[in-house]
Parts: sequence; C-alpha cells; structure tokens
Amino acid sequence: MMLALAQMMRRELSLANRRRADLANPLFFFLIVVSLFPIGVTPDLEKLSEMAPGVLWVAALLASLLSLDLLFRHDYEDGSLEQMLLSSVPPQLLVLCKILSHWLVTGLPLTLLSPLLSVMLALPGSALPLLMLTLALGTLTLSLLGSIGAALTVGLRKGGLLLTILIMPLFVPVIIFGTSAIQAFVNGMPWVAQLSLLGAIAAGAFVVSPWLTVAALDVTVGD
Amino acid sequence: MWQMFVRWFHKWSSPKWFYEMSRPWSFWLGWAAVLLIATALVWGLAFSPVERVQGNSYRIIFLHVPAAFLAQAIYMTIAIAGAVGLVWRIKLAFYAAKQCVPIGTSMALLALITGAIWGKPTWGAWWVWDARLTSMLILLLLYLGLWALQNAMERQESGDRAAAILALVGVVNIPIIKFSVNWWNTLHQPATLKISSAAPMHVSMLIPLLMSILGFYLAFGAWMLIRTRLEILDREKKAKWAQEEIKRLEAN
Repeated sequence: MMLALAQMMRRELSLANRRRADLANPLFFFLIVVSLFPIGVTPDLEKLSEMAPGVLWVAALLASLLSLDLLFRHDYEDGSLEQMLLSSVPPQLLVLCKILSHWLVTGLPLTLLSPLLSVMLALPGSALPLLMLTLALGTLTLSLLGSIGAALTVGLRKGGLLLTILIMPLFVPVIIFGTSAIQAFVNGMPWVAQLSLLGAIAAGAFVVSPWLTVAALDVTVGD
Repeated sequence: MWQMFVRWFHKWSSPKWFYEMSRPWSFWLGWAAVLLIATALVWGLAFSPVERVQGNSYRIIFLHVPAAFLAQAIYMTIAIAGAVGLVWRIKLAFYAAKQCVPIGTSMALLALITGAIWGKPTWGAWWVWDARLTSMLILLLLYLGLWALQNAMERQESGDRAAAILALVGVVNIPIIKFSVNWWNTLHQPATLKISSAAPMHVSMLIPLLMSILGFYLAFGAWMLIRTRLEILDREKKAKWAQEEIKRLEAN
C-alpha cells in the first residue's frame, strides 16, 4: 500500500510538472492582485504596511482557490478518478496524496513568493518568518478544505465560481487567525495563541477532510 | 417499545404518509403562529413601555431577535435532516432540508435588515463590522452556498446529497466561525458597541418577545410543512396517489 501511495504522489507531481503553465498561473495571479492594492488604495508605505498581512493572505488564498478547481477535474474527465475510488487502496489516502501534492505545487510556491511581495508592501522584515509559517499552514488548510468543495463541484461545467462560494465562508476563521497573528506580532503583542489555533484547524482538517472528500466524490462521480 | 418506535419512524419517513398526516399539522401550527405573532407585535409595538436609553427604536427586537434565532436553528435543522438522509437514505429528510434553505435564507436576511434599521439610529451607521453582524452575514453566505449547490446539480438526488455534506461541514464550522469572529472583533474595537440590553429586561417587554419567538418557531414549522408537502408532490409526481392529489388540487 505504501508503494501505491508513493506512486500516486509521483504521478501527481510529474503530471503537475508537465503542465508548467498551470503551475505558474497562481503565482502570477498572486503577484498581480497584490500589486493592484497600492494602485487601487494608496501608495503610502505606512498604510500599506498596516494592510500588508491581510492583502497577502487574501491574495494568496484566492490564488490557491483558483487552482483548486482542477484538483479532480482532469482525473474525472479521463475516468482515472473512478478507478481510484474502486481500487483496493483506501481512497481517503489517495485523496490525501492528491491534496498534499496540490499544496506542494501551489501553496508552497505561494508561501515562498510571499517574502518578495511583503517587501513591496513594506511589511517589517522581522515578521517574515511568521508570515511564511502562517501562510504555509493556511494554504495547507485551504487545500484540505477546498478538496471537499472541489469534489462537490467536479461534475459541473462551471464549477470554479461555485467552489469559491462554497469554500470561502468556511475559511473565515483561518483568515482571521492568520492575519491577526501577524498583526499581533508587528504590534508587539502575544501571537502564539493565534498560531496554535491555526495549527489546530489545519490538523483537524487533515483528519476530517479526506473522508468528506471521498463521501462527496461518491455522490458526484457516482452520478 | 423499540419496535413501536421503529414502526413510527418508518411510517413518518414515507412521503405519502407524511403528506396525509401533515395536513392538519400545518393548518393548526400556522394559525397558532399567526395568533401569537399578531398578539406579540401589537403588544410589543403599541403597549410595551418606551426604553429609557434607546427610545422607541428598540421595538424592532420583536422581529429581529426571533429571526436571528431561527436563522441559526434552521441551519441546524438542515444539517440534522441532511445527516438523517445520508445515513438512513430517507428521501423525505432531503425534501425537508431542501425546503428549509429558502426559509433560513429569508430569516438571515430579515435579521440583517432589521439589525441595520436598528443600527442606524443607535450606532449611527447602517452597518458596522461587529462580531454578531459578521457571523450572521457569514451564515447568510453559507445558506447561499447551499442554495447554489442544490441548484447546480442536474440530478436532484445528487444535489440533495451534496448539499447535505456541505451542510455538515458548515455546521462543524459555525462554532469556530463564531469564536474566531468574536476574537477578531474584540482585538479591533474593545467594547465600543456594547448592546445596552445586557441589563435585565422588564417583564412588559420580555413577555411579548418570548411570544414572538415562539410564534416565529411555529410559523417556521407550518411554513416548512407546507413547502415540504409541495416538494413531495413535485418529486413523487410519478406515483399514482400524487397524480390524483395534483388533479384534486387543480380541480379546486
């Protein structure tokens, strides 16, 4: 079974590697959305640095959400998703592999790009490690929760917008804890509690979401 | 005892049986609700004393509080009905869950609108990003998500089951959302927006408020039964009894 999971992981990563444009799009999107804020709101660095955690977080989440629509789509269309659900390996684990590789190819690159953008928004440099840590946890949670939404909308032709509507309200706590941890850190207040809660939500989603995703896939793929 | 319970459960989960048995229920619940709400509103709007701090504007609580209560309770109802449908494969639970969604949406909207009308004279703004307002807004978004998902699916049965899964995810999330929004709000604006009714309420305001809440719950019961009955007729229209019933209704 471990072999099957390793193969699944390798398959996902090499598939992602062959669609390089799909890999780069969320990063471009992140860059563009973040640079729209100084243009649209204010170029004043002091105000920007105040907004920076929220802007970076929201832009990163939207970028990651846009790519979530494709999480199951190609596999659904060519029928391999059905084979995964029928295989002898627990489908929950296969789904978890897909989620983790989605995070590796979108959430992680977004996290790695965030220091560059945070400098452009004048976020204090000392907050960088915390920004990256919260973003890494946040995008992981989004990949986990979003997979439920992606599974629910996989059979629909225009699932992308619906997916956003379904998942974003559920994601409010993560945004709140993520941005407030950074803001508290910048203002010299205690920030560990927010970070712990963020970790707790990620851990909870890690346990629950593969099951719900498979339940949702049973509904939509069986259709 | 247990067997009787199982028999009772099976009977009530049959759409046809439910359709016949719910007719008097929706009638009596509806009239009781109309009476209660009318009494509560006349009492609350005309005879309750003026509030010392807020003047007359507080009177909107007789609509606002029941609507906010119901908006949350209906989401719970949808999640429970969805779980029952998913676990025991009971069609009727899905029908009821589906028909609860528009009712819950309208209650959340009513709570937000009456809240805004109350907020303008009291806080000086139609909308503030207060913790309660924000979590009610997110609840409304959750309702809209359910509605969008139900309508996006081509097959009704898949829409039912998909929405049930989403409702279950949402119901786990609601306490976390409430907690996080409270946290977020208190970080930003400490105690500027204390709702003054934290002081105990006078009996002459409390009784009509409780009557109104009870009336709204009964009205929800009646409304849900009526909507579910129509949903049953629509979904079971291939069954003979449903066709006869539709013909009878059309003849009237």
